[in-house]
Amino acid sequence: MNLLVSLIAILILTLLALGVAFSAGLAYLLTVIVPYAAFALFLAGFVYRIVKWADAPVPFRIPTTCGQEKSLPWIKTNPLESPSGLPGVIGRMALEVFLFRSLFRNTRADLYDQRPVYGSAKWLWFFGLLFHWSLWIIVLRHLRFFIEPIAPWISGLSAVDGFFEIGIPTLYLSDIAILTGLSFLFLRRVVVPQLRYISLFTDYFSLLLILGVVGTGLLMRHFFPTDLLQVKNLALGWVTFSPIVPGGIGKVFYIHLCFVFVLMAWFPMSKLMHAGGVFLSPTRNLANDNRRNRHLNPWNAPVRVHTYEEYEEEFRDKMKTAELPVDKE
Amino acid sequence: MSSAKTPKPDELIQIRYEPPETPWMDIPVDFRPGTWSYSGTAKNLVVLDLPNPRAWQPYDEDWKLPENWQQIILEGMRERLEKYRSFRLFMDICVRCGACADKCHFYIGSGDPKNMPVLRAELLRSVYRRYFTESGKRFGRLAGARDLTVDVLKEWFYYFYQCTECRRCSVFCPYGIDQAEITMMGRELLNLVGCNINWVVEPAANCFRTGNHLGIQPGGIKDMLEFIADDIEDRTGVRVEVPLNKKGAEILFVAPSGDYFADPGTYTCMGYLMLFHEIGLNYTFSTYASEGGNFGLFMSHEMVKRLNAKIYAEAKRLGVKWILGGECGHMWRVIQQYMDTMNGPADFLAEPVSPITGTRFENARSTKMVHITEFTADLIRSGKLKLDPHRNDHLRITFHDSCNPARAMGLFEEPRYIIRHAARHFYEMPEETIREKTLCCGGGAGLGNDENFEMRMRGGMPRAMAVKHVHEKHGVNRLACICAIDRSTLSSLMDYWVPGVTVMGVHELLANALIMTGEKDRTTDLRGEPLKERTDDETP
Repeated sequence: MNLLVSLIAILILTLLALGVAFSAGLAYLLTVIVPYAAFALFLAGFVYRIVKWADAPVPFRIPTTCGQEKSLPWIKTNPLESPSGLPGVIGRMALEVFLFRSLFRNTRADLYDQRPVYGSAKWLWFFGLLFHWSLWIIVLRHLRFFIEPIAPWISGLSAVDGFFEIGIPTLYLSDIAILTGLSFLFLRRVVVPQLRYISLFTDYFSLLLILGVVGTGLLMRHFFPTDLLQVKNLALGWVTFSPIVPGGIGKVFYIHLCFVFVLMAWFPMSKLMHAGGVFLSPTRNLANDNRRNRHLNPWNAPVRVHTYEEYEEEFRDKMKTAELPVDKE
Repeated sequence: MSSAKTPKPDELIQIRYEPPETPWMDIPVDFRPGTWSYSGTAKNLVVLDLPNPRAWQPYDEDWKLPENWQQIILEGMRERLEKYRSFRLFMDICVRCGACADKCHFYIGSGDPKNMPVLRAELLRSVYRRYFTESGKRFGRLAGARDLTVDVLKEWFYYFYQCTECRRCSVFCPYGIDQAEITMMGRELLNLVGCNINWVVEPAANCFRTGNHLGIQPGGIKDMLEFIADDIEDRTGVRVEVPLNKKGAEILFVAPSGDYFADPGTYTCMGYLMLFHEIGLNYTFSTYASEGGNFGLFMSHEMVKRLNAKIYAEAKRLGVKWILGGECGHMWRVIQQYMDTMNGPADFLAEPVSPITGTRFENARSTKMVHITEFTADLIRSGKLKLDPHRNDHLRITFHDSCNPARAMGLFEEPRYIIRHAARHFYEMPEETIREKTLCCGGGAGLGNDENFEMRMRGGMPRAMAVKHVHEKHGVNRLACICAIDRSTLSSLMDYWVPGVTVMGVHELLANALIMTGEKDRTTDLRGEPLKERTDDETP
């Protein structure tokens, strides 16, 4: 059901984009007004979500410890899985953000001969990493449209990415990687029954939307060539706040743009915000030094306790009978 | 009534993991006997000033909720979203990648999709979206949102009391989303309208009044400890003292009450007493702070604080220098991650230093409470204990990492160090089932009661099967652990899945091996079981 609705939503989006592509008036909207609106939505939405999370205090220091804590000096500690201070936390977060450390642990439980066995299951980690890194490289590569002259590191990145020089224009490795990664993530969601069971509209839609962006990008590069000079002029126009409606850019480009802007607007209001949220996760970004350094809770309030005096009041006679010392005779 | 007939192990192991056709939001909860816990009784709710005390049971149609119960829950949610970043974040950032799904022992043992941590969280998230997000308000079910109905509340009750807050899922989650945190919030919300279980509420009420979960009064505690001292004298010929409420002692010792109340915890308690006697520790037990455990953790953060306050208060009253804590799992989650923040600063105590070895426990500099395995490992390392590991030759041991010392402390090496010095036959369970990936006993977080027996056996199945593996491969006959709940729940788990394996605390193992000054010829272990005969070359 959720899958079906997502597919329909993407289809409608594509048709709308086509409509825009064939209408001059709407093209103005798409190339001059929507870019700023989408970017503003993305930026403001992103900041709003982060601020809203950061606004809530962290009353307790609750890291999930995945390695030996720092205790006695002769016991080997695991600073990356159970960090005892800031450097360890930074290392742990870096491993998590850049290498998906936790996902690397993934196993698959199966019943075999009436016993659960835990097989290695690194596919999700591998394709997840593949997708995220290639997306990142592709975003960076696109900076060449926004910067003039093109910074050397961007050309360098593109050169490395197209190192094998397959086809003309060169096929980027990151393009293959992102297609592979996305297809895996999508098919997995559709094929594995447990995943299909837990998937929501947002899960399918986000993947399909990015697939739409990637697909139209590839179409443009390899099948329906676009006037790159025009694209660059358009992009530079946005950056310099003097956008112009380009003439003669291919229709696919408009669909590509549509998907990108929808993605930008969709990002902050969807699960894609995990990109920002991961940095704030209290089970990962705090040191396991609770007994060494006191953590403060800003709303720590007094509670009703049962004092020793109340306790002794109730049990004094029994304590005396048992020859236990009492404070008040 | 929960007149549950527990299935036999070979029936229970027939588990199907394929989810049903019907979407989960359309499947109402089924209170099948053997899979849930009795409600908290009114008497106990009154002791703790908890709302809506009444007579009810989960299988009742009418839960006698307050008239404005929805408003109470939603207001409670709003408050917690503002007070806990963890809660707000974990409601928002899950991508449903499913990595957590088969990491939960209750899912592995039951195949119920709502026991996948991701779906258990969605039970709450769906309501969060409906009332606290724009998309949920507008698009409802399409945005994964649903109304808060009585059926939803019942579902929460069933599944949040089918989570042992073990945090295993959070080890595997790429964002560190901790189902324990979500379950804790879910239970707090349920408590606001008086929906809780007696196995949590009664220990908490007892602890509030008498100082310990079991409701043992001061004289009773003294009797039990004296009785344990008698047993020690019987086995070793040494009479140990039992200091209680002693002002001016150097150290306050706090253990879970299960350790002096029932077997096999009592043997662990014998171990504590023998160790302290042998090294001449100037310490005291307390009857007022006679509980290390804290069932408040299974109810609300406020209750954690209310029950935990006794430990510092008693340390101050008795004028001790620092505090030593016994073998207990969730107790150490509270001490490591909550106590100092809630009831500190403990500036009236001194930084813990071992009076025997002079070692400074710098990792406990602020909280001023040391874990007994840290303390003992340091004693062994410094050569202060005379140990004869041959006395444990009749045991083939494996070690169960208790959830909280593992995933909320990172205490892995100290207990293993003690075991290796106190015994000669130690075998680890498979790697995916120990240390930070350890599997729960299935009865933590207040679920270790009899009416919930089938669910406990299901939840504990993965742990039991890992024990069975080393039982068959290495002849393991003893499961060591550092948790009082484990000692109780693992015992029934072993009887059910792996007959022939019994459970012990690490300090029982240590005390078996401990050579005491003036002891008689030790012919039995602490349980009175005969020691294995030595061959000549093994004479100490």
